[in-house]
Parts: sequence; structure tokens; C-alpha cells
Amino acid sequence: MVLAAADRAAVRALWKKLDGNVGVYTTEALERTFAAFPSTKIYFLHLDLNPGSAQVKAHGRKVADALTLAVDRLDDLPSALSALRELHTQRLRVDPVNFKLLGHCLLVTLARHYPGDFSPGLQASLDKFLSHVTSALAPQCR
Amino acid sequence: MVHFTAEEKAVITGLWGKVNVEETGGEAVGRLLVVYPWTQRFFDSFGNMSSPSAIMGNPKVKAHGKKVLTSFGDAVKNMDNLKGTFAKLSELHCDKLHVDPENFRLLGNMIVIILASHFGREFTPEVQAAWQKLVAGVATALAHKYH
Repeated sequence: MVLAAADRAAVRALWKKLDGNVGVYTTEALERTFAAFPSTKIYFLHLDLNPGSAQVKAHGRKVADALTLAVDRLDDLPSALSALRELHTQRLRVDPVNFKLLGHCLLVTLARHYPGDFSPGLQASLDKFLSHVTSALAPQCR
Repeated sequence: MVHFTAEEKAVITGLWGKVNVEETGGEAVGRLLVVYPWTQRFFDSFGNMSSPSAIMGNPKVKAHGKKVLTSFGDAVKNMDNLKGTFAKLSELHCDKLHVDPENFRLLGNMIVIILASHFGREFTPEVQAAWQKLVAGVATALAHKYH
């Protein structure tokens, strides 16, 4: 399933605006996820999860790179994210519900930092984009 | 049953005091109808919902939003008894309207997102965590009649 043209344009435009700061927001999204949904921490027991942690920041950058890759390859997310899918499903065995929680916290982060841009239409496009990414990372058919 | 610490209660009531219930409610229900279009099926009588701007400007959407967020105010005042507070509304939403409980969670998350956009820096991860607990508690209380 592919994202509609209008949604793609909206996501690409936002990503251009975020520029090199995507990592800042994905890191904050991770911090929010750990605070609001403590069960998500079980996947990160090997990391220092205190606020400001350099390790969380490093993981935030990885998430940012993956999302930026997704934005660049909206035509073919399953293929673009195949290595990450294998990592998260086969090796890490992440319960797919956690991607939704992180996605929600990313929306909260973006709403907090870009309230003027965060129109209902943009929110709808982002929500669809994130659910496509989640499907590519954790497909329901195994 | 969900339990709130004194800090969580203080954080929630502190923010609630600054919330414009009418505006925030209208925005929450409006965005729900835009971002999750299937929810429109519960509001067929609301008239024009043909575009995001039509939905956000729709007076019936705004009025319903005010109703919804006003009852959230009851939740804030009764955090220790959400089940009792929402018993009648649960009956209405489950037995009469047959709303899938997942939609209560979607609306709760929508409220959190709107609070983030309105309160910015003040809406820290800790503040969000307290509010996520409240919206989850309300969603569970509303879904109680299904159990």
C-alpha cells in the first residue's frame, strides 16, 4: 500500500522544514515514550535511560535516519526498510504495538515544537506515513 | 483500577486550570474526524464534513467537542473514581451507540497532542505521562460496559 500524493507532499515538505533537526525530535519522542509508556523500556535495559542520556540521543539519531530514509523512499517502504524489519522482528522481537506508541510520541513532539504548522491535514498525513512505516517494520502477515 | 500519585494529580489539575475547554474540545473532536475518518459514521447528523476545514469549522462538531471536554473535566475532579464517574456515559457509548473502545483511546491521544501544541515547553514528558494515564483511565472507564 502506497501513501497518496498529497500526503507524500505534506510529509516531504515538513521534513525539509525539520532539516537537520530530525534527531532532536526523535530523541525527545523516545524520552516521551519511556516516560509515558514505561513498558517500552524493556527493550532498552542495556542503555542509560535517564533524561539527557547520550545513548538515548544516539538511538534517536538512528530512528531519525530510518525515518528520513523512509521519507526518501515513500514509493517502496517495505524494500527500503527490509533490513530494519528483520532486525526488529527476528532479532529484537519487538511487539508491534510499541511502534504505534513511539509514533504517537513523535506526533506529540512535533505538535509541541511546530504548533503553527501542525494542522489537522498535516497530522492526518503524518499519521498515515507513520502507520505505513510501522506496517513495513512490523508486518501483520508473517 | 488506575491510581494517581499526588504529583500526577497536581500536574493534571495544574494544566487543566489553563485549558480552554470549548476550544480544545472542538479541536479534539474535529481532528479525530479528520485524522480517523471512520469516526464520522457516529456523527452523520452533523452536516458538512466534506473537508478538514469544513469539519473544523462545523458548529455541531465544536458543540460536541465542548460537551466531550467538559466531561473530561469531571474526570480531572474524580481521578480516584473514573469508573463511577463515567458509568452512565459508558452505558450510552457502549450499549446505545456501539462505539468501538479503540476510538476512546484515539480521542484520548488526540487530546494529548492538542495539549502539547497549546502548552509547548510546559508539556514535558512527565506532564505528558500523567495525562496519558488519565486519558487511558477514561478510555477504560468508558469501555467498562463492554466487559
